[in-house]
Amino acid sequence: MTDATVVTPRAAAPEPAAIARLASPRPRAFELFVWLLPAAAYFLFPDHLALGVTIMTYAVAVLGLDLVLGYAGIVSLGHAAFFGIGAYTAGLLAVHGWREPLSGLLAAGAVALVAGFVSSFLVVRGKDLTRLMVTLGIGLVVYEIANQASAVTGGVDGLSGIGMDPILGLFAFDFYGRTAWWYAYAVCLAVFVYLRFVVSSPYGLSLAAIREGSARMPALGASVDGRLRIAFTFSAGIAGIAGGLLAQTTQFVGVDALSVTRAADFLVMLVLGGSGRLYGALIGTALFMIAREYLADLNPVYWEFWMGAMLMAAVLFARGGIVGALFRLPALRGRFGRGSR
Amino acid sequence: MNALPGLLFDGLAYGSLLFLVSIGLSITMGLMNFINLAHGAFAMIGGYASVWFSHRFGMPFLATLPLAFAVAGLAGLIAERVLFRHLYRASHLDQVLFTVGFVFSSIAAATYLFGSAQQSVSLPAALQGQVQVMGVDLGRYRLFLIGAVVVLSAGLGLLMTRTRFGAQVRAAVDNRDAAEGLGLNVGLVFSLCFGLGTGMAGLGGALGVEVLGLDPGFALKYMVYFLLVVVVGGAGTLSGPLVASMLLGVCDVAGKYYLPQAGAFIIYVLMIVLLLAFPKGLGLGRPSLSRLPLSILVRRRA
Repeated sequence: MTDATVVTPRAAAPEPAAIARLASPRPRAFELFVWLLPAAAYFLFPDHLALGVTIMTYAVAVLGLDLVLGYAGIVSLGHAAFFGIGAYTAGLLAVHGWREPLSGLLAAGAVALVAGFVSSFLVVRGKDLTRLMVTLGIGLVVYEIANQASAVTGGVDGLSGIGMDPILGLFAFDFYGRTAWWYAYAVCLAVFVYLRFVVSSPYGLSLAAIREGSARMPALGASVDGRLRIAFTFSAGIAGIAGGLLAQTTQFVGVDALSVTRAADFLVMLVLGGSGRLYGALIGTALFMIAREYLADLNPVYWEFWMGAMLMAAVLFARGGIVGALFRLPALRGRFGRGSR
Repeated sequence: MNALPGLLFDGLAYGSLLFLVSIGLSITMGLMNFINLAHGAFAMIGGYASVWFSHRFGMPFLATLPLAFAVAGLAGLIAERVLFRHLYRASHLDQVLFTVGFVFSSIAAATYLFGSAQQSVSLPAALQGQVQVMGVDLGRYRLFLIGAVVVLSAGLGLLMTRTRFGAQVRAAVDNRDAAEGLGLNVGLVFSLCFGLGTGMAGLGGALGVEVLGLDPGFALKYMVYFLLVVVVGGAGTLSGPLVASMLLGVCDVAGKYYLPQAGAFIIYVLMIVLLLAFPKGLGLGRPSLSRLPLSILVRRRA
């Protein structure tokens, strides 16, 4: 009875129960199953390895965005900037002779991390809409710089001729993309595990607390801006790793890696899957990319229309995204049971 | 050296256009705190309406302008009643995502209906060419734009300060709860405002075909500019966006003239600087619909 009278805010935030359930970084049985799915796809669809690599690459960037949007509550339309910075870092290193993949990937993450750290001071200053506009502005500025500095970045033609040495000196990148696939899988899993520890740490929970009520946290003596800056910085670093992964696996970087459309894509993937949940980022990315693969084949224009329609429908009818809807099922049953008791 | 007056003039004309499109966004954002990234889509609808009427029925350009206003206004009214109304209480993230989705769909729809090519209008002879004023060549069409914006702004100022509807809008912006408590139908006022705002945007889009161009990407390409005018100027006011759009117009035109290789870079840097320097807008006062400079032209009843 009391439940019915409480007015719940309509924000796409996970229920407290869901937070408590996810607070432990220890893996649960179903997660093993979830992470076996891509491996199954590897053997079942050997003709679609390239799609799998793209999905896992973007999933890394969307995981990074989830930290800043889903957990810290900052809407960023500028994450493609850090993604692109990472991609150009890894690409330029390889073009100029540094062809070792793992250190290249770390360098991509590090450069994006620094860029994110500098930007975070600008982003955290404002409120809601100002933050959105500032991230958008950062994205546009970085895009313009890359576009104009065509001597370094290749401009509209893109950066090609990226060759990679074998990973750890053992696994050479092959024509079919098998090595690239396992490489992307490993990076994606590593980033996921890292974020799992971050979001279930006291720091991660304090981010959720800031998102739920930013006035209360300073009253508790916590530095809100500092925490948000850290979240933004690391989120940018993760996006940079994703960009580096893209450059190394596709061996090409186009200036569209930095575009606002790309940033909007990340946002759509996250929201479709369910923000504030790490699995939301993964599932949203996979479904988005698979849908685009098939719908854009029919007609690119239709794809834009359906993407817009999906986004509007997700906001109106599926708050919390697909994973949010899944989580609501057992919760619904639980509430039902309590009511009858 | 002699380029400066001409640049200033072009910048003001460009700024007038930005003001015309953005003013509706300012009022609706101030009234409902609703972040509408889809505002540019209605400017696009107005632009396409103007082009369509003139190409299909051979109507003269000036005659298509009221139609552009009507079509965009009606589209805005319907979209508000059917879609946007559900989002006023939603979080800002939901509003942003929904309206971005609307923009994507409208881009695809425009490509489907009109193709992806740039559209053009044929201006009447009286608006082509240039006139010389004190040794400076001024484009006739840009002169016409500035004049149109002065007239429309004065009209809007009159509407807001001298009519019952204007008083209702000001009351709703100043204090929504009190206005509702007095029996004002704020929802209806807001719908009408939304229709009026999108109509103005449509008119701006039609007038802007010659200056800003028109293709399906219009709504996304200029989204930043419209938002910037409102965020920098301060939502819910007329004077703030007016100053912001003129500033933006002049800076953009001057930047493209003096530093063409920097491209749009200057405007984006300016945007970040302005946003950080004035996180709450230019500080021309929030509930200042009744205190706007335009209303000085109109003596207020005591």
